[in-house]
Amino acid sequence: MQTHKAKQMNQILDMFKRNSLLIALVVVMVLFEIAIRATGHGSMFAPQNFTNIISQNSYVIILAVGMLFCIIGCGNIDLSVGSIVCLVGAIAGVLMVNLEINIYLSTAICLLVGIAIGAWHGFWIAYVRIPSFIVTLAGMMLFRGVALLVLNGLTISPFPPEYLHYFTSFLPAKRADAFAVTMVVTLVLCAAYIAAIIWSRASKIRKGYEVDPMGAFAFKAAIVVAVLIASGYLLGSNKGIPVILILLVVIVAAFSFIANQTTTGRRLYALGGNEKAAKLSGVNTNRLLFLAYVNMGFLAAVAALVCVARFNSAAPTAGNGYELDAIGACFIGGASAYGGVGTVGGAVIGAVFMGVLNNGMSILGIDANWQRTVKGLVLLIAVVIDVLSKKRAR
Amino acid sequence: MENSKILLKMQGIVKRFGKVAALSGVNLEVREGEVHALVGENGAGKSTLMNVLSGIYPYGSYEGDIIFDGEKCAFKGIKDSERKGIVIIHQELALVPFLSIAENMFLGNERTQKFSGKVMDWPRTYQRARELLDLVGLDEDPRTLVKDLGVGKQQLVEIAKAISKNVRLLILDEPTASLNEVDSKKLLDLIARFRDQGMTSIIISHKLNEISYIANSITVIRDGATIETLDNQGHDVPESRIISGMVGRALTDRFPKRTTKPSDEVLMEVRGWTVMNPLVPGRKACDGINVKIRRGEVVGMSGLMGAGRTEFARSVFGRSYGNFVSGQIFLKGREVELRNVGECIQNGVAYVTEDRKGDGLVLMDSIVDNTTLARLSRVSSHGILDKDKELNDATVLKEDLNTKCTSVRQEVGALSGGNQQKVLLAKWIYAQPDVLILDEPTRGIDVGAKYEIYCLINKLVEQGKGVMMISSELPEILGMCDRIYVVNEGRIVAEMPREKASQESIMSAIMNSNAPAAKSAQEAHANA
Repeated sequence: MQTHKAKQMNQILDMFKRNSLLIALVVVMVLFEIAIRATGHGSMFAPQNFTNIISQNSYVIILAVGMLFCIIGCGNIDLSVGSIVCLVGAIAGVLMVNLEINIYLSTAICLLVGIAIGAWHGFWIAYVRIPSFIVTLAGMMLFRGVALLVLNGLTISPFPPEYLHYFTSFLPAKRADAFAVTMVVTLVLCAAYIAAIIWSRASKIRKGYEVDPMGAFAFKAAIVVAVLIASGYLLGSNKGIPVILILLVVIVAAFSFIANQTTTGRRLYALGGNEKAAKLSGVNTNRLLFLAYVNMGFLAAVAALVCVARFNSAAPTAGNGYELDAIGACFIGGASAYGGVGTVGGAVIGAVFMGVLNNGMSILGIDANWQRTVKGLVLLIAVVIDVLSKKRAR
Repeated sequence: MENSKILLKMQGIVKRFGKVAALSGVNLEVREGEVHALVGENGAGKSTLMNVLSGIYPYGSYEGDIIFDGEKCAFKGIKDSERKGIVIIHQELALVPFLSIAENMFLGNERTQKFSGKVMDWPRTYQRARELLDLVGLDEDPRTLVKDLGVGKQQLVEIAKAISKNVRLLILDEPTASLNEVDSKKLLDLIARFRDQGMTSIIISHKLNEISYIANSITVIRDGATIETLDNQGHDVPESRIISGMVGRALTDRFPKRTTKPSDEVLMEVRGWTVMNPLVPGRKACDGINVKIRRGEVVGMSGLMGAGRTEFARSVFGRSYGNFVSGQIFLKGREVELRNVGECIQNGVAYVTEDRKGDGLVLMDSIVDNTTLARLSRVSSHGILDKDKELNDATVLKEDLNTKCTSVRQEVGALSGGNQQKVLLAKWIYAQPDVLILDEPTRGIDVGAKYEIYCLINKLVEQGKGVMMISSELPEILGMCDRIYVVNEGRIVAEMPREKASQESIMSAIMNSNAPAAKSAQEAHANA
């Protein structure tokens, strides 16, 4: 018989195992912080830098969420997203800057172009059954080429301030109110979070389901609240809440909901886990696969709009290598290359992980070539650890 | 034979995984030149024992002695045991589909040029392969790709491969699991022929009729220990005797009795069902099949592997197989068109696949997720899942079916075959069908789990559902069905009520229908 203590120990170990990626992220952050302080480069958690990390990585997070759905659904990737980002950015530039068309209309057109490109890929992959690797590799070249044609090899800038405002501004508008408003919003969020988890726990207990022990429950809640308050404090000390953060939260929350709480999400996991079984269970596998790529096109267009606002230009080199950042984020975040496994939360943490690595190494003044080398190793190590830990579990 | 020497002796084998002992003191003695059967329920430890013997679990990871040919052995890996002449053929065949028969046969053991051990000697490879194929009676070009062979022929390639290694002890793990009666018989006769030429083999099988047919001795293993070794020189050990050893109690009736009779109401009728084989142009997979399934009835579909049973079931089930040509489906007297799986589920038709791992279950997902997958509408509204209800419903079904698992959140891939089959059935029961087509519902599961599945089938028809059972095991068809259709070459060749059916009548229906076809093929050949 297991003693009570041993059981508790197991539960704690289990919790660490489940959140190993998050723990690794914290460890990496702490190590960077020590190194940065020791070498007198300031701090990673300076309010300004914290805001930077968010805006620098916004596009990776958006792309990683879309990529994750492709990876879950068929264990395959979309190599073309970097090129789509470039093309949609170029179209945005032509519409808004060259033709001076209304920004809302332009944005709508850009999103439609993204959806159309996604549908193009999805059609070949889902209905004609061309391997996605080949279709999106072709798309990578094709749409980069179209983008260069649209741009005529030149960079378009600057974008209308009215447009930039939507992606680069902060809430509240007045700098003086920043701290107070941000903290109020943070505290409201904390209260809402606590209310939500207590309600969910109570309803589980009422229905007689198993729940985490009280200690672990409180511990987890305390950490989330602490992180929220710390983030709010840092943002408030700078300029307030970046609008882009709100967009990110909305996207991540929406897609997390789709993955976990809807029949579409459930069927997508089943499709990736065993396509034949899904088909024989009445899942419209072709349509689901098609939609995964349409969604990827849509989110790539969103990322493109974010990127042109951030750089205030549409350039021929825009989006270079973004597909690899997004794919890397998903795999670091625990998605399986064979499909059927992965979470939106994991992909987001994976993206932040890569972002923190970039940011920390940049602050330390590490050479860009070395940065690339380290990122490659980290990707491999993350996946190796994941694979080994699963092997041991069996 | 009594006096022939003992080739293999395994003494007091204990193998632990962590704290769990998979084997706790197994003894096994195999005499030279005999076929020794190893029987036991799934999880009894047969495969573990064979993995110890073949060195997959290396010396030192287990306790006890292996004495082969009078010599104490300490195998470090599978290469060591092969060098001694111990070759194991696993249930899941280890052939490379896109290589030829000859290449597969000498994989890792290639025939090479005299001047260099790295350069292939193709003429010698093909010639030697030809000789070995003749030995096992397989009439195929050694250059044929393995993917183009049926399972039965692949099995023969495996055996030829084993012989090429100068095998002294051949271990066959469930060799007939995916073979039909005719191919099984051929394979068993081949093993018997090799025995008469002096080869020793160990055969693991769930099919007790085959064991009493071929084995000279039978060792029964239960819960990781040897229960007894039965002498079967006269092939006279009754199946019930073996079963009582396996399950530790006498299983008086292998097929539970039903309390209800089928009603006259026809739940499902298929008329003139014709489907083309998608791979072979011009060949019909189903040719004008007519069947009826009544309320409260178990209808059997018997026939050889490849007779068109699975093809029929799948093409009816939302046209999941082949190219539809013609045919009508009536549900409760009303004609319906079932163009996809979704429409079948809507209309109360379920198909439980023969291949639970390949296309039945999502192995990496939990029991809950698998249970509700075919009918997510029962646990969702407007596309949003009610996970509490889902968990609750899956738990209820798990208890109903007595599925053994740590929790319904457990990965299905971690369950045993019998329990996976229960999850698969739970999934289709959850879809609330009126008609269930069960394709080989007890393939590869042990006697105890089989009995539970039979009880479940009885419960379903007692609730007023109609069941069609496709099975290659004749005793099962005869024991469970009210009415039996016999299928051969895509056509129904006989229909018989249970009272008139016997193994002989079914087999002769198949053979008689074969004869004219074979004759016309011969004529065509002669004309050409």
